Amino acid sequence: MSPTTMVGALNAALRDSLRDDPDVHVLGEDVGALGGVFRVTDGLAAEFGAARCLDTPLAEAGILGTAIGMAMYGLRPVVEMQFDAFAYPAFEQLVSHVAKMRNRTGGRVGLPITIRVPYGGGVGGVEHHSDSSEAYYAHTPGLHVVTPATVADGYGLLRAAIASDDPVVFLEPKRLYWSADPPGGTEPAAGATSGAQDQVAPIGRAVVRRAGTSATLITYGPSLPICLAAAQAARADGLDLAVVDLRSLVPFDDETVCAAVRATGRAVVVHEASGFGGVGAEVAARIGEQCFHHLAAPVLRVTGYDIPYPPPMLEKHHLPSVDRVLDAVARLQWEQ
Amino acid sequence: MTLVDHSTSPDLVGPPHSHGPRRDAAPLLPDPEPVRVLGTEAAAAFDPELARDLHRRLVLARRFNQQATTLTRQGRLAVYPASTGQEACQVGAAMVLRPQDWLFPSYRDTLAVVARGVRPIDALTLMRGHAHCGYDPYEHRIAPLSTPLATQAAHAVGLAHAARLRAAANPAADEQLVALALVGDGGTSEGDFHEALNFAAVLRAPVVFLVQNNGYAISVPLARQSAAPTLAHKAVGYGMVGRLVDGNDALAVHQVLSDAVEHARSGRGPVLVEAITYRLDAHTNADDATRYRSAGEVEAWRARDPLTLLDAHLRAQGLLDDAGAAELARAAEELAGRIRAEFEAAPEPDPATLFTHVYAEPTSQLRAQAAELAARLADEADDPGDDPFHLDGDEFDSDNLTANDLTADGLAAGGVDDRGPDAGAGTTRGGAA
Repeated sequence: MSPTTMVGALNAALRDSLRDDPDVHVLGEDVGALGGVFRVTDGLAAEFGAARCLDTPLAEAGILGTAIGMAMYGLRPVVEMQFDAFAYPAFEQLVSHVAKMRNRTGGRVGLPITIRVPYGGGVGGVEHHSDSSEAYYAHTPGLHVVTPATVADGYGLLRAAIASDDPVVFLEPKRLYWSADPPGGTEPAAGATSGAQDQVAPIGRAVVRRAGTSATLITYGPSLPICLAAAQAARADGLDLAVVDLRSLVPFDDETVCAAVRATGRAVVVHEASGFGGVGAEVAARIGEQCFHHLAAPVLRVTGYDIPYPPPMLEKHHLPSVDRVLDAVARLQWEQ
Repeated sequence: MTLVDHSTSPDLVGPPHSHGPRRDAAPLLPDPEPVRVLGTEAAAAFDPELARDLHRRLVLARRFNQQATTLTRQGRLAVYPASTGQEACQVGAAMVLRPQDWLFPSYRDTLAVVARGVRPIDALTLMRGHAHCGYDPYEHRIAPLSTPLATQAAHAVGLAHAARLRAAANPAADEQLVALALVGDGGTSEGDFHEALNFAAVLRAPVVFLVQNNGYAISVPLARQSAAPTLAHKAVGYGMVGRLVDGNDALAVHQVLSDAVEHARSGRGPVLVEAITYRLDAHTNADDATRYRSAGEVEAWRARDPLTLLDAHLRAQGLLDDAGAAELARAAEELAGRIRAEFEAAPEPDPATLFTHVYAEPTSQLRAQAAELAARLADEADDPGDDPFHLDGDEFDSDNLTANDLTADGLAAGGVDDRGPDAGAGTTRGGAA
């Protein structure tokens, strides 16, 4: 039976990968008997043994450093970082070794490591449990950075990440872990490419979740449902908004994004992370460089504010909302 | 023995005293004094052929350090962190490993890399600045020289753990390999050192950590680095064996490291070895060691030069005479000459390699950037007098900019055209252009 939640899809992808490839090994904190604090590794230790779903000491640099050595020997480690902000101790291993090993060894040593990171807010988490850290990773050459926003992509992208011969930072939107897919747009729009429930999704391809003619919303991960809801609401104002789900921040799919922007001439980039120096800035710059003559208005961004992630009682003001997205759409110079 | 052992064993004390294992610390403790062979009764019993082999390698190693330092002064190496004075550790580390084992060196361990069989020019590629790693890690079973301190220690743990998993799954096919990680005294302060040792002990990974304690982390003396009784004592906190050895006694280094490697190979867990030694040269050619240590201190250590000590032993044992020493000196000069010849013959690095091997398959963005650089290089090749760092009037003249140059159309005419095949055909266009 196909999983109906993101957690179920991720669990199925790990189970199928462990079953299909004896080199795949899962390691992290509490991934064994507990099944991970989000239950993504539920049942894997029981099915495949403690060595293939390994509870490690509580030390993220050690986890990733150990995974590097395992990958050098020919295994295919899948690392779980327990939370976004708890992945930072592993940053040096990630930036100085994981991202660079293929390059610094002239292609002789590739590191097929998947680093799973639950990320983002909107779940009522206290301090250090809600960071959106994608820009740090996306800024590091040598890493692939992907983030699923649907159940099917949870499965398909994770299978692809584990199968990849390059390291992949796999960002899992916590607020989508247990929700069913949002209505109106999780299936790819006509002509777009995407995997079915049990298929591998290609890394490096964005997908048009909703076709539209008025303006294009570009988003990923936890903000996809917000954008789809905004597109639904905009119909009342006579606006037909397209929604692009990037899925893969690195490699970046210029082709799909630019085609979707050229089709409407207006674009808003939406993400939870702070705006300054964020992925949205890169997306806006790329659109400016490649679609300038098609634009009727500057590319706008709706992002988290440039503040440390707020306490949970205040996070609703920080996160992109349907109203903030619609306000941005309204500022796209519609008057002629 | 299971690979991941969650069972309890009879030597463990249960609640209420403790959660999990409590073990006797005594067997893990290093000896109070560093292990020495030279100058002790054990010296006479030491395998004479092995002693001569070690001596020969020390002579070559010293000459390597001298030649690399000279190349730095000639500007042919960007930097060279010499291991002069630490050659016993460098040579010993390479010699105790079997072909199936792995070495995880840090940046001061070029010599150990050469001692394990890498061509000098390839071992020095990082320091030449031509590429980050000049040898094939899989061919030699040597990880790239690691500059971020102690980070490679965890890699040694992971590799050794993986090898053990493979060997358990397929005992006939695989090998019992050991990973040897080289760290300095300063590196023991890094969090990665702690995490690597803890993981190694918990996983019972077949790893040996060799700390070459040369007394200084660049300028900072050990007393400001650690308050531990010795660095070898740190092993006890992880539940692994700690050994302390005189790092300038080549015979003792070889003996202690051999024991440690076989301990790990036999499945008895990792070992931490602290070798007390001294860096006779400065940290690198860019360092001024007189700012933080006295000439007297250096001279005292020069009297304990590992090469001098072993030389004296061999002569006392009748294993070396003047003719033998002259023959070794000739071999050392031959090595130095070979290094110089390799440097003469080495090609310049190719800019096209900048974009290869960032990913298994280059992204479309990297392909475009590679094409841009290739075009620029082709332009420069056509006009060899062109200095890319100097803009002259022919290339850029702000007075002659036309209005068109400053518009988007001017930009587009210069090579960027985003209008595509359907430009102007039913799409919305802004008023900017």
